[in-house]
Amino acid sequence: MNNAIFSLKKVSKVFPGVKALDGVDLHLYPGQVTALIGENGAGKSTLVKTMTGIYQPDGGEIIFNGKSVQFHSPHDSHALGITAIHQETVLFDDLAVAENIFLGNYPMTKHFSIDWPAMEARSQEILSSINAHMNPNQILRELSIGQKHMVGIARALSVDAKVVILDEPTAALSHHEIHELYELVNTLRDQGKAILFITHKFDEIFTLADRYTVFRDGSFVGEGFIKDTNEAQLVEMMVARSIEATYPKKDVEIGETLLEVSNLCHTTEFADISFSLKKGEILGVYGLVGSGRTEVMQALFGTTDHVTGSVKMNGKEVIIHSPKEAIDNGIVYVPEERQKQGIVLELPIYQNVSLPQMERLAKHGQIDQEGEMALARQYCERLQVKASCWDEKVMNLSGGNQQKVVIAKWLATNPKVIILDEPTKGIDIGSKAAVHEFMSELVDSGLSVIMVSSELPEILGMSDRILVMNEGLIVGELSRADATPEKVVSLATGGSVTC
Amino acid sequence: MLKRLIYSREGVLSIIVLAMFFGVGVISPDFISLSNSVSIFNDTSILIMLALGQMLVILTRCIDLSVAANVAFTGMFVAMVNQYFPELPMALLIFLSLFIGALLGAINGLFVWLLKVPSIVITLGTMSIYRGATFLLSDGAWVNSHQMSESFIGLPRYEILSMPVLGWMAIVAIILFFWAMKFSVWGRNFYSAGGNPMAAFYSGVNVGKVQFYAFLVSGTLSGLCGYLWVSRFAVAYVDVANGFELQVIAACVIGGVSIVGGLGTVVGCVIGALFIGVVNNALPIIGVSPFWQMAISGLVIIIAVIANATSGKDKARIILRNPNANDEIRAN
Amino acid sequence: MDTTIKKSATPDSMFTSKLQGLLRWESFLVLIVFLVCVMNSYLSPYFLDPWNLSDATFNFTEKALIALPMAMLIIAKEIDISVAAIISLSSTLMGLVAQMGAPVYAVAFVGILAGAACGLFNGVLVTRFKIPSIVVTIGTMSLFRGISYILLGDQVVRDYPDGFEFFGQGYVYWVFSFELVLFAFFALVFYWLLHRTTFGRYTYAIGNNPTASYYSGIKVDKHRLILFTLVGVMSGVASILLTSRLGSTRPSIAMGWELSIITMVVLGGVSILGGSGTIAGVVLAVILMGLVTFGMGLLNIPGIVMTIIVGVMLITVVSLPVLITLYKNKKAKAL
Repeated sequence: MNNAIFSLKKVSKVFPGVKALDGVDLHLYPGQVTALIGENGAGKSTLVKTMTGIYQPDGGEIIFNGKSVQFHSPHDSHALGITAIHQETVLFDDLAVAENIFLGNYPMTKHFSIDWPAMEARSQEILSSINAHMNPNQILRELSIGQKHMVGIARALSVDAKVVILDEPTAALSHHEIHELYELVNTLRDQGKAILFITHKFDEIFTLADRYTVFRDGSFVGEGFIKDTNEAQLVEMMVARSIEATYPKKDVEIGETLLEVSNLCHTTEFADISFSLKKGEILGVYGLVGSGRTEVMQALFGTTDHVTGSVKMNGKEVIIHSPKEAIDNGIVYVPEERQKQGIVLELPIYQNVSLPQMERLAKHGQIDQEGEMALARQYCERLQVKASCWDEKVMNLSGGNQQKVVIAKWLATNPKVIILDEPTKGIDIGSKAAVHEFMSELVDSGLSVIMVSSELPEILGMSDRILVMNEGLIVGELSRADATPEKVVSLATGGSVTC
Repeated sequence: MLKRLIYSREGVLSIIVLAMFFGVGVISPDFISLSNSVSIFNDTSILIMLALGQMLVILTRCIDLSVAANVAFTGMFVAMVNQYFPELPMALLIFLSLFIGALLGAINGLFVWLLKVPSIVITLGTMSIYRGATFLLSDGAWVNSHQMSESFIGLPRYEILSMPVLGWMAIVAIILFFWAMKFSVWGRNFYSAGGNPMAAFYSGVNVGKVQFYAFLVSGTLSGLCGYLWVSRFAVAYVDVANGFELQVIAACVIGGVSIVGGLGTVVGCVIGALFIGVVNNALPIIGVSPFWQMAISGLVIIIAVIANATSGKDKARIILRNPNANDEIRAN
Repeated sequence: MDTTIKKSATPDSMFTSKLQGLLRWESFLVLIVFLVCVMNSYLSPYFLDPWNLSDATFNFTEKALIALPMAMLIIAKEIDISVAAIISLSSTLMGLVAQMGAPVYAVAFVGILAGAACGLFNGVLVTRFKIPSIVVTIGTMSLFRGISYILLGDQVVRDYPDGFEFFGQGYVYWVFSFELVLFAFFALVFYWLLHRTTFGRYTYAIGNNPTASYYSGIKVDKHRLILFTLVGVMSGVASILLTSRLGSTRPSIAMGWELSIITMVVLGGVSILGGSGTIAGVVLAVILMGLVTFGMGLLNIPGIVMTIIVGVMLITVVSLPVLITLYKNKKAKAL
């Protein structure tokens, strides 16, 4: 029991602009659940991809069963019995459940052909062993997210796994499903498998794990036994700073109600969303991945169809069906998926900044390049974007500077409300602080901010008021003074808090 | 199960093809006679085989525009070999046509696999090159029926159980494909590589290599069809099968092969080809000028893709756990 | 990263980036065009004759007129392979109204209108039903040409009103044909449109990242619709010129042109994946292809050999950058 079956020693992984893993250590033991804890951007997902051969490490050593191994492709790690349930679904929407479970590892008949009946039977077996009741012949597309997740788990169990990695497996699951997952993890532990459980929910850690390892900003911080620690200690290791000290929250005079949202509903994603936002206020919106928070923000920005309800700006009803209308009404959105939705990587910085207001800058449809450049210069300097020149392509900038360009783009439109969706996800610690500082400046200059985040310290540190969402509903509203990590987390995971 | 079959794309399409077939039969009973049915199938055989090859390519999110040029080049090549060495056995010529076709397909595949160049550009280029090479090879001259050996022309026409060898070849191809696409790992890889390349990579599938295989198969079948084409029409010239690649793609699209990859069945593909075959054969019978043929297949492609686009929409993610909301979703 | 940068003001652009600008694909094309000119004039004394050169322009001006909007469409991550079929349908409709005795301008108007309608139809299918444009236009390619066949069959229309021949055969001044002047005019218009207007900037933004463009308030679908219609209109214009030059209409007119047009665009440095390319590059590629065809004509090399050369050029153009990156990466790893 004392020998780790799987270890990482001083493993590093570098991406352009970011050191995702910086000499980290990790040890997994048979029959034990190790919890990997860390904030977003601590390098957890990169670690999983390195452990499963999707990424090749730039330095360090991977040791399996006492021998140093190298994974050139996912196939190599799979062959050793290392399986992972990834955070994003890596399944096939157009294939049947059974095939999704056995793809890459089909049961064969003696005649070199795929044994479909055996595949279905074994799928059924695995699925019922994890209490997932579905037809193995069903096409994956027809399943809900939670069901798809169960297929992912079944897939991981279809091979004779020695190491099972679960990357935030409960993020998109309902209570009932989470409970079943816990039982499953316990079963696997009893079977002697080494389990890595990645999460940032503390209740899960203390329910399930035997050991813990903490990462912060791509580095190893510490490890130990769960029974020797407590939540406060883990939080301190994760964050390594007290909340007030790092969040430059300024006291700003909060003005009149600016934005009023009432009864916003969507058929499948959220219901009965009502809240208001005052001038100069930072409204934090907390919820787990899949709680509907991003969907609500996108509805405000006009990118979600089939939304009912009313949105008022300064007491006047506004109709927003497209981003253009949102921008015209002074609502802008800094998306979570920065590279996909926020920015055109291949265009230069100045063209990205001017993109939403080309028409205003143009004369008779003709671009005023000087005007564009002036605008970019003004706002990028204000945000301290680091670049060699304003004509440089955004793809050459670091994640933090890319995010600053997105914010510069929106500030240049003179918005009234700026929605920040996971504003510091995946950016380095220095830029994070800069973004936070800037948020304070923004409200100081009279803007209102809605900040969506799943980073608890950020939410607690920056918000004047906190809305908590769970399963498409607003389940609580806390003032800055009332909010504690326990209350927020408990609300977000479906518990109730008496405030 | 039956309901599912009827509502499936293949089911709907089969019903349409059969309705067309028997509809024409009402006007002209000869049309649905066994011998005419066999002849329609025989006519469509080349299209079926090429469409099956193209299906593999489209499944992996690529497209092969060079098939018709490949047919022309390989056809000319074997016709000329036959012209100058009439004593060579047919088996060797067929092997030669498969080999040359495979080679031309492999060129496409290697560019796509190793250089990750968009297949539409590569095959657009090789389409011109292969067609031009046919001209260089033949110097623009035709190979006519009297210059071909008797067995060269006779083989596809040789009847077994009142169906010509050409038709039997298509049947063999359909059976092989059906087995491979359902029961071999090699065949299933086309679906995974095209359906979700990232997930396929995570599962240990080499996506580029799978794409290469798709082009290889498409090329090999084009090579075979090259021989079959010149033999069937007893003439080889530079413009053989000009523009036929679009009919091939049309057969796939009509048969429900999704152009964005990962979706499509052998049965659908064959029915798609038969649809075109039946239309082509039926038009003169019902007294419509064959000039309608092109517009009809265009219209059918458009209708088929619109039907695909509106029915296959991704279901929205479901976040709300509110039981009422969920019931409403189920009711829809 | 670098603290010195923070202190000094960031410049608008850098000298090196301007220098890199000169090392672009367009410069390479200019060089090749020059080499081909030198080679052609060396190989044949007839090459530099102004009238010969002027005649040579007829083999590319019509295609080139479509290549201009096609470049913008491809930059916006879409493609239209039905353009040759649009020429055919538009030519057929012109032939029919000409047979009914319509005057010159009415005939030309019908040509452009038919092109616009076809383009709009493509655009509506792509934007309304979210179908990939390659599939839509494979379908409409058969449909449009098919309608021509239905309308004309194997007939040929030859009765055009007097004066109609000017579009394809007339000269504006000295050796400058109407076709050439029109192409020069539209090249300038499209240069302005793509490189100087908001419309052009939106085209690049959409081609690089449609989602981010939509999130920046650009009406992406409307933009695509306009681009498809523009391609249609220019196909209509090309159809007028071609019909007028040939003096006849038949459904098989302009068969296979879509491939040469797309080749022109890609050879001009437009990325088939969208997002980058210039009008200057396309114009140079057009001239290059015209010159090579012309030179080979002078040397009595059959036109179909040209298709081989075009094919090889096309593949080289797209493979070369990939090969260079692969080589660079290999070198970087070795170090």
